[in-house]
Amino acid sequence: MDIATHVFSALYQFGDAFAFLVLSACGLAVIFGMMGVINLAHGEFIMCGAYVTAATVHAGLPLPLGILAGTVVSALVGVLVELAVIRHLYDRPLDTIVATWGLSLIATQGTLIMVGSTMAGVGTPFGSFQVGDYSYSIYRIVLFCSALGVLAALYALFNWTRFGVLVRATIQVPHMAAALGVDTRLIYSLTFACGAGLAGLAGGLYAPTMTLVPTMGATFIMEAFVTVVIGGADVFLGTAPAGGVLAVVKSVMTSWQGQLFGQIGLLVAVIIVVRVLPKGISGFVLRERT
Amino acid sequence: MTGLVSFFRRLEGPQTVGRGPAFWSLFAVVLAAALAYPLFSDGYTVGNTVYFFVWVFIALSLCVIWGYGGSLSFGQTAFFGIAGYGYGVLTLNFGSAYGFTLVALVAAVAIAALFAVLLGYFMFFGRIAGVFLGIVTLAVTLMLERFMAQTAGPEWHIGSARLNGFNGMSAMPPLTIPWPGEPIVLFADVGLYYLVLGLLVLVYLALRILMNSSFGNVIVAIRENPERAEMLGYDIRKYQLITFVIGAALAGLSGVLYTVWGQYITPSSMSMTAAALPLIWVAVGGRSDLTSTVIGTLVVLAAFQALTIYGSQYALVFMGVLLVLTVLIAPNGLVLGVMNWLGRLATRFTQKAG
Repeated sequence: MDIATHVFSALYQFGDAFAFLVLSACGLAVIFGMMGVINLAHGEFIMCGAYVTAATVHAGLPLPLGILAGTVVSALVGVLVELAVIRHLYDRPLDTIVATWGLSLIATQGTLIMVGSTMAGVGTPFGSFQVGDYSYSIYRIVLFCSALGVLAALYALFNWTRFGVLVRATIQVPHMAAALGVDTRLIYSLTFACGAGLAGLAGGLYAPTMTLVPTMGATFIMEAFVTVVIGGADVFLGTAPAGGVLAVVKSVMTSWQGQLFGQIGLLVAVIIVVRVLPKGISGFVLRERT
Repeated sequence: MTGLVSFFRRLEGPQTVGRGPAFWSLFAVVLAAALAYPLFSDGYTVGNTVYFFVWVFIALSLCVIWGYGGSLSFGQTAFFGIAGYGYGVLTLNFGSAYGFTLVALVAAVAIAALFAVLLGYFMFFGRIAGVFLGIVTLAVTLMLERFMAQTAGPEWHIGSARLNGFNGMSAMPPLTIPWPGEPIVLFADVGLYYLVLGLLVLVYLALRILMNSSFGNVIVAIRENPERAEMLGYDIRKYQLITFVIGAALAGLSGVLYTVWGQYITPSSMSMTAAALPLIWVAVGGRSDLTSTVIGTLVVLAAFQALTIYGSQYALVFMGVLLVLTVLIAPNGLVLGVMNWLGRLATRFTQKAG
C-alpha cells in the first residue's frame, strides 16, 4: 500500500459519491431552478426509470437502450403529471409539495400492488479492476463519467440551443416572455418533462447496482434534496459545486465511520450551510457577481 | 357569570371557526357523548378510539405550524418518534413506581421540544422558509428513521434499554397514577380513554385561546405576509421558532401517548408514509382551523381503517388520491369548506328569522 493507491481509493470514493449526488439531484434541480417547484415524487420518477430499464433489459434489449427507454418513459410520465396536477398549482408552491407527495404515495403503493415487493435486478456490467489490494467496479467509473456528461449536456442545452434561451427567458420574466410570443405553458411542461427524464436517467443508470423495490426512490431523495438545498436554484453554479462539496463530506465520513455517518455528515452540512448561506451556493455566487 | 362569559370570549375570534351559544352547546353535546361513550362500548373499541385520539395531537401540531404559521413541516413525525423513544428509554430504565411514568411523559415531550428548539434555531434564524423548510425537516425525519433502524446490535443501548433497530422498543410500562393504597394503571382502554380525552379537550381549548390571542394574530400575519409583519416590528424568527416548538411538543405528546397506547415504538413511525399521513388528515380537514383539523383527522382515520379492512394495499393509494384531489379542488380543506357553508346557512337562517 503506497500513497498512490490511497489517493486513488479516495478519488474513487469521491467520484462515486459525486456521481450519485449529481445524478440524483439534477432532475430535481432543473425543475426547482426553472419553476420553483419541489417535486417530492422525484424519487418515484427515479424508481420508474429503474423499473422500465430492468423490464426492457429482461425483454432482451441491451442496457444502454434500456436506460434510454427508462429516461423516455419517465419524461412522458412527467408530461402527464404536469398536465394533470402541477400545471394548476404554479402559484401555490407549498401545495405543489403536498400534491407531489400524494403522487409519490400513489406511485409507491401502486407499484407495490402491480409489480410486487421486488423486481428481478440487472447484473452490474463491465466487471472490476484491481489497484493495490482493492478491486474497483468499472461501472462506477462509467457512472462518474455519466454525471459529468449530464452536466455538460445540460450546459449545452440551456446555453446553446433555442429551447435553452426560451427556458431562461421564461424563468427570468415569465410575462415578458409570454408577451414576446413564447408559449410559457409549453416551456413549463417541457422543463418538467426534462427534470422527470433526468430522474429516470438516474434510475436507469443505478438500476444495475441496486435492488429494485417500490421504495427505492427514498434512497435517492435525501441526497437529492440536500444537494439542491445547498446548491440553490442554479444547476451549474449550484448543483455541481454542491455535489463536489458534499461528495467530499460524504466520502470522508463514510470511509471513517460507515454509510450512515456519511448521511449524517450530509445532514449536518446542510443545516450549517443553510444557516450561513440561506440561498445556497448559487445564491451566494450570484450575489457576489451583482 | 361574567367570568364564564369572558372565558368563552377568549375562545372565540377571527382565527377559529365556530362561535356563539349554538356552537358551544353542540360542543357540550359532543363532549357529553364522548364522556358517556365507554359505557355503551367494549374495551377493544374504546382502545381503538384512544388510538384515533392519539393521532389528533400530531394533526393539531401540524395545524398550528402549517395551517396557522404557514411553515410546512414534514418533521412532526420526527418529534413524535423522539418523544416515543424518550418515554421508552426513561421508563425502561427507571420503572413505573411513584408515578414516574407521568414524569417520563413530561420529560419525553420536553426532549422533543428541546430538539425542536435546536433545529428551529438553525432553520428560522437561517431564514429558511417555504419549500426549503419542508425539505430540511423531511431530511431530518428520514435520517432519524435510518439511524434508529440500524441500532439493532447490543452495543446500542441507553442505560438498560436496548434500542433494537428495526424491531423497535417494546414492553414499556403503561401510564400509572400514584394513588393512596393502589396505584391506578391506565391500560389502553377506558382508563387511558378518559385521560387522553381530557388532554385533547384541554389542548383544543388552549390552542383556541392561543390562536385568538395577540400571539396567534401575529402568527397568522406572518403566514399572510412575512415582510409586512417584520416591518410592523415583530421579530418573525422568534414567533416562528415558538410556534415550531409548540407544534413539536404537541407532536411529542402524540408520540408518548402512542407509545403508552401500544407499548411499543418502531423506527417506521418516522418513515415517509408515517410522515405523509398527518399531512393528509390536516389537508383534508382544513389546515387553517383547529376544529376542522380535529374532525377531518377523525373522519379520515376512520375511513382509512375501514378501507384497510377491505384492502390494506389500496388504502394508501386512496389516501394519496384524496390528498391530490383535495389540493387541486378544495385547497382549504373539505371539512372547513363544509363548516363555512353551514355557518353561512345558519346566518342566513337567523337573519330571515329576525
